[in-house]
Amino acid sequence: MDPLMLDGNAVAGLLQEVFAVEMTTAIATCGTCGAADAVGATHVFRGAGIVMRCPHCDNALVTIVEDDARVWIGFAGVRTVQVTV
Amino acid sequence: MAGTAVLGRLTWRVAELVDVVVETPRVKTLVFDVQGWPGHRAGQHVDVRLTAEDGYQAQRSYSIASAPNGTLLELTVELVDDGEVSPYLTDELQAGDRIELRGPVGGYFVWEPAQGGPLLLVAGGSGVAPLMAMIRARDAAESHAETRLLLSSRGWDDVIYRDELERRAGDGLTVVHTLTRSQPPGWTGYTRRVDAEMLAEVVPGPTERPLIYVCGPTPFVETVAEALVGLRHDPQAIKTERFGPTGG
Repeated sequence: MDPLMLDGNAVAGLLQEVFAVEMTTAIATCGTCGAADAVGATHVFRGAGIVMRCPHCDNALVTIVEDDARVWIGFAGVRTVQVTV
Repeated sequence: MAGTAVLGRLTWRVAELVDVVVETPRVKTLVFDVQGWPGHRAGQHVDVRLTAEDGYQAQRSYSIASAPNGTLLELTVELVDDGEVSPYLTDELQAGDRIELRGPVGGYFVWEPAQGGPLLLVAGGSGVAPLMAMIRARDAAESHAETRLLLSSRGWDDVIYRDELERRAGDGLTVVHTLTRSQPPGWTGYTRRVDAEMLAEVVPGPTERPLIYVCGPTPFVETVAEALVGLRHDPQAIKTERFGPTGG
């Protein structure tokens, strides 16, 4: 267990700023193990950027890098994101 | 409304400090008046942003501790000695001062009175803040949902919201303390960190299908969540919010 680990709640503000939708209740399906779980339940690690990992198989779902004016978001490990509209 | 997306980009708002409540020697509750505050749900948080004169910005997330109450918002902040933000918030900010915040943020770690109970709340230290918002919202809605709070603190003087919790207990709310480092004379309660045995004694059984919220430092949350799954609680019913060592 990494004591630095956070959860999806920690990036709720950033994601809502970008997507204009509350994203922690969105359901992400892992591209590796197929588990579907709330974005708020993902495991979040902060370093030079942010990595969101699947709580079931540890696959890197989403990577986020910011500078002062832009944000890069990679969804390489996610099969689908289900958002209530 | 639960399960409904909240549309709209987040914007930074100006929040004016109107009152400070000393909770423990290391914890204060800051009461802000936020113009245009749209209201919030128990368990949500805000992002706080401080800007230095040279433009340097520092940002932290704080859980909202108050039940929805117009434009007023209470944040409970624990002083982290070498922190970047918390010493300013707890020691320097004065009534009338203004900061920037955005929110309410989050929808996953949220409880609304309409969801009912039984409700199981497990907190380590200042992790009690969003759970207190749930207890206050429960009372404000005159909900009688069966609720148990297991709160781990270092000592009796470190128990955040101690008097208010005693006052609110009863009518379906049970508060259980464990004091992990020091105990007052005559203390007969728990004196150790939360573990599986304690949870088995305190919490409703899995057959009662409690809604479970766990908040605290990451190692605390991991221990509690694993123990609850070991006690055969439904992992989907366990919602967690980890503080991590935030750097305060």
